[in-house]
Amino acid sequence: MRVAHPTRASLALADGAPLLELTDVKVSYGGIKALKGVDLRVFPGEIVAMIGANGAGKTTTLKSIMGLVPLAGGAVKLAGRPLAQDTTEQRVAEGISLAPEGRAIFPNLTVLENLELGAYLHRDAKAMKETLEDVTELFPRLGERMKQEGGTLSGGEQQMLAIGRALMARPRLLLLDEPSLGIAPKLVQQIFRAIAEIARSGVTILLVEQNTRIALSTSQRAYVLRTGEIALEGDAKELASNPEIQAAYLGG
Amino acid sequence: MNILEAVFTGITQGAMIALVALGYTMVYGVLKLINFAHSEVFMMAAYFGLVFLSLLIGDVSAVNGIVSPEAASSTFAGVFGALRGHPLAAAAAATVLAMLAASALGIGVERVAYKPLRGRGKGALVRVTPLVTALGMSVLLQNLAQLLFTARFRPYPQVLSGEVQVPGLGAITSSRALILGASIIVMIGLELIVKRTWFGKAMRALSANEEAARLMGVRTSRVISMTFALGSSLAALGAVLFCLDQSQVYPTMGVVIGTRAFVAAVLGGIGSITGAMLGGLLIGIIGELVKLTDYSGGVDVLVFLVLILVLLVRPAGLLGSTRTEKV
Repeated sequence: MRVAHPTRASLALADGAPLLELTDVKVSYGGIKALKGVDLRVFPGEIVAMIGANGAGKTTTLKSIMGLVPLAGGAVKLAGRPLAQDTTEQRVAEGISLAPEGRAIFPNLTVLENLELGAYLHRDAKAMKETLEDVTELFPRLGERMKQEGGTLSGGEQQMLAIGRALMARPRLLLLDEPSLGIAPKLVQQIFRAIAEIARSGVTILLVEQNTRIALSTSQRAYVLRTGEIALEGDAKELASNPEIQAAYLGG
Repeated sequence: MNILEAVFTGITQGAMIALVALGYTMVYGVLKLINFAHSEVFMMAAYFGLVFLSLLIGDVSAVNGIVSPEAASSTFAGVFGALRGHPLAAAAAATVLAMLAASALGIGVERVAYKPLRGRGKGALVRVTPLVTALGMSVLLQNLAQLLFTARFRPYPQVLSGEVQVPGLGAITSSRALILGASIIVMIGLELIVKRTWFGKAMRALSANEEAARLMGVRTSRVISMTFALGSSLAALGAVLFCLDQSQVYPTMGVVIGTRAFVAAVLGGIGSITGAMLGGLLIGIIGELVKLTDYSGGVDVLVFLVLILVLLVRPAGLLGSTRTEKV
């Protein structure tokens, strides 16, 4: 796996400093407060999970990191640098990629074209070919369907495509929004194995999931989001054995 | 005039309509907006072409009142004098200049009338407000043309004369042959741009899902500007070719051709580039075939009848996408 961008992976980050830091992030839609002050840190090399019920603000948190929603307050920092002035495109260039909720692949483009668009910001043919090889190694099913239109793929394959497309940008930080949503259990296992492998290659991952069990077993640390606020945070294994979490999210 | 000839004339007519229809369909593709000002960009481009061509060939009688003969022989002679005596080269240069000017106009229309509204408003208004500014822009440009160029009909200088022999069809005018040749080349080129280049991929991505395109790092406002520029320059090519072949220029000419081109885009499936080409050709051929009958005045009636029938059977048009996204 060479998906981590060589220059970005080596970018200087002080020891113990977070790669991503959200401080008191607030987002409102009209009059409705979707995020009421979220504090969150992701350290280099980690898989951090964010769990919570529908409407808790998980997707909004990811959108605020990408600059897809305006902040009503607080700050998002990447490697210590505030991102407030940066457009979504610039954030992608700085090394954050999002595999969005509902996958949002381009249905009328082929699988290959979808992946190529992931590398839109750095079109170096050699690097692109290498990353493409890595992605097809990670998801062999995509390799078999390169010429097919994205819209013809199954839900699980589309999720693979969405993650692969995000990797094509060679991100330092990969944001995943509900990768298990609406996907056959067998493929869910496969996708989460791939996520663990991506993390081993040096990409830091922030994972939003409703499937609490698999999210906590894949990640090292986790945040529990409840109605726009962080209700709990801690070691993923400890959270998994927390009675409150078990009752609320793990079905007792 | 036999049927084969009528079909051939229809194809040249249709190719020109298709060039204009492409602008509607591409803008709809990326913005989901019917750019009603497109027909007026077509009209303005015809004037741009006329002014440039007159200056280039050194005969400003057609632009009487816009450019004075003195200015043409003094101020502009230095820049535009080089091609005098080469009517074909002058026509080609005038076409290119008109395409550039129309691109600038198209980008300007987008910046002034659509961009400030993007992402604002709620619900149905998100779609309706730009539609109203589009109509406003259309009226504004039409009146601007009347003000600048007056309402009189202005003939294009006839720089393309003569005929070429086409096997199986006999003689056709060289201007028709040029329309056909240029349209085919441009349409193939456009297919290549859309399918092969980064701009084309970004355009298709944007048209499928704007937010996802931004997540790829696509600067959407730049792609939108380039789409307007491309669509407007194709309309300009159509306008100059059309006028060289058969028409005079007048401020309301955009309404006639623009309506047919819009119908062509919807008939073919708005948002579909191949659909716009197909729709244009169909309308061109239908128009010429109707002229063979006693009902030659009813071209538009039949065109709209065909449109309604097609939409009843295929609401998304002939090649329109009916795919619903898998979630």
